[in-house]
Amino acid sequence: MGFWEQFGIWLAALFTIGIISFLYKDNVLYKACEAIFVGVSAGYWFVVYYWDMLYKKFYQQVTDPVNPEWYPWLGVILGVLMLTRLSNKIGWLSRWPLAFVVGATAGLYMMVYFVSNAIVQIQGTIVPLAEGTAGDIIANILVAAGTFCGLIYFFFSKEHRGAFGGAAKIGIWFLMITFGASFGYTVMSRMSLMIGRIDFLFGRWLELIP
Amino acid sequence: MIFGKSLYCSFIIIACFFTVATAQNEAVATVDSVGQILPQPPGNIIVADHKYDNGGIIDIAWDRSPDDPLGIDGYNIYRACGDGDFEIVAFVLPGGMESYSFIDDKVERGESYRYKISVISSGGESFSESSVSVRGDWEFFDLDKLNILILGIIVCGSVIGFIFTARAGRKLFIRKISGLEALEEAVGRATEMGRPILFIPGILDMDDVQTLAAITILARVSRIVADYDSKIEMPVSRSLVMTTARETIKNSYLAAGRPDAYYDDMVHYVTDEQFGYVAAVNGIMVRDKPATCLYLGAFFAESLILAETGNYIGAIQIAGTARPGQLPFFVAACDYTLIGEELFAASAYLSGDPKQLGSLKGQDVGKFVAMAAMIIGTLAVTVVSAWQFKFFGWLSDLMYSMFSTN
Repeated sequence: MGFWEQFGIWLAALFTIGIISFLYKDNVLYKACEAIFVGVSAGYWFVVYYWDMLYKKFYQQVTDPVNPEWYPWLGVILGVLMLTRLSNKIGWLSRWPLAFVVGATAGLYMMVYFVSNAIVQIQGTIVPLAEGTAGDIIANILVAAGTFCGLIYFFFSKEHRGAFGGAAKIGIWFLMITFGASFGYTVMSRMSLMIGRIDFLFGRWLELIP
Repeated sequence: MIFGKSLYCSFIIIACFFTVATAQNEAVATVDSVGQILPQPPGNIIVADHKYDNGGIIDIAWDRSPDDPLGIDGYNIYRACGDGDFEIVAFVLPGGMESYSFIDDKVERGESYRYKISVISSGGESFSESSVSVRGDWEFFDLDKLNILILGIIVCGSVIGFIFTARAGRKLFIRKISGLEALEEAVGRATEMGRPILFIPGILDMDDVQTLAAITILARVSRIVADYDSKIEMPVSRSLVMTTARETIKNSYLAAGRPDAYYDDMVHYVTDEQFGYVAAVNGIMVRDKPATCLYLGAFFAESLILAETGNYIGAIQIAGTARPGQLPFFVAACDYTLIGEELFAASAYLSGDPKQLGSLKGQDVGKFVAMAAMIIGTLAVTVVSAWQFKFFGWLSDLMYSMFSTN
């Protein structure tokens, strides 16, 4: 193993310990790791944005010798308008690119969300409740009842009282059971991440695990 | 020896006889100029303009060659523009299917094209007849998505109707959302303790609807903060969010009549890197010890780390996200959680803005339609599967087509 590889392993090990030391309490090592992590990552993203956005999506496209594009200039104009914030006199111009981003996003995503989050879900819920094996029937009833009661919980125009409130309560039970299952699943995946770091510390760094 | 040669010749003659007889019976096998047996060409070439596109696609379908899949290498698709010559545009491998199809998306709108398909084997290449000429046309409306238009009109029409109703001064009822009731109490607690309020707007940019909802709630929170003369701290991971949040808080301080109390560093950029941001926010939490932590927006793996740290420092915590995978962590570690659409409802509820209230009420109409469709559709499908009633068959087909996304 060369010097630089060994150096990299030591650095990674020290950073891992530094970040994990936060579990005990805030300390100098954690503060140092945090500052280095934030500084390095901010610099890294600056470089990524420079090459991916300014260079690839703007410079290369507008200077293409065969087919130069004009529309990347629109993005540049909006970007320059953002910088007008630095001036008190014309700072109000920076609201235009923000309005453009927010409005364009809302418009673009409206139909996507409407189809994927509403129409497809409704279609998936329209299932026969008395067909297939006993397991299929129970599963279909649970899907239909859970979706219906869940929708009632998210109905904001009526107070959750009486039968309506009861259905909403069933809806929140469905949600909580789902959250519980999801919690357990995710915690297990986080455990595997932790095992990965411990394996690194005791295996590659200390070489206690063969 | 002579007998042997005669026998051999007889065998060849008989073999040739049977080969020719078989060819005559099937009437399809052809022999090229050098005596190779050519594969039988595909038939029934159907060429049509692709439905509901911008005119740049033509669909081609054909029946397999009788020699498919054994003994052929594949199909060549030839295209001719107008009266021009044919040229190869694609090659399709044989798969033993009864029929094949190909989507040619390299055609010019308004131009007419003819196609023919050839089948290739070791024996050579056989061509089908040329297809009829087909032109790629542009259709403005995709009638396959008419149902989405109708549903969209119902929901958007309801939203617009309710917005006008709210603007006309009619009070629109929205039920209480418990997490929001606690918002003022949480800000008040921070004021009493003399500690800041930490607002985390998630880690996505302004192009995410959850971040937009978080910024709307921020407007209300910062207004209360300005009224109470408390302090808000907002580390962000996106530069556009920083700019928008500064604008929002500035407006709130202005509306509260305290523009002098506003300063830009209330909102500060940390880094775009997810865990770099989390490390920094954790550091801020344990050092500044905010009395109230608000996590509203789009969160990923950092949700539990942040909420656990907030819990550790004893802050009152209110979270809200529409990401189902992160909600369990907020539910487990925070005092109040806005689940999914409650986050979007919260911004309308807090702002009291007619546009947002109307939008929320309109969405409720959409939910009502969804619930009604689910009940009717499920009943119809169940009855049809059990008793085959004609009317319910029609009804279930209607429901399926109403909510199909083809």
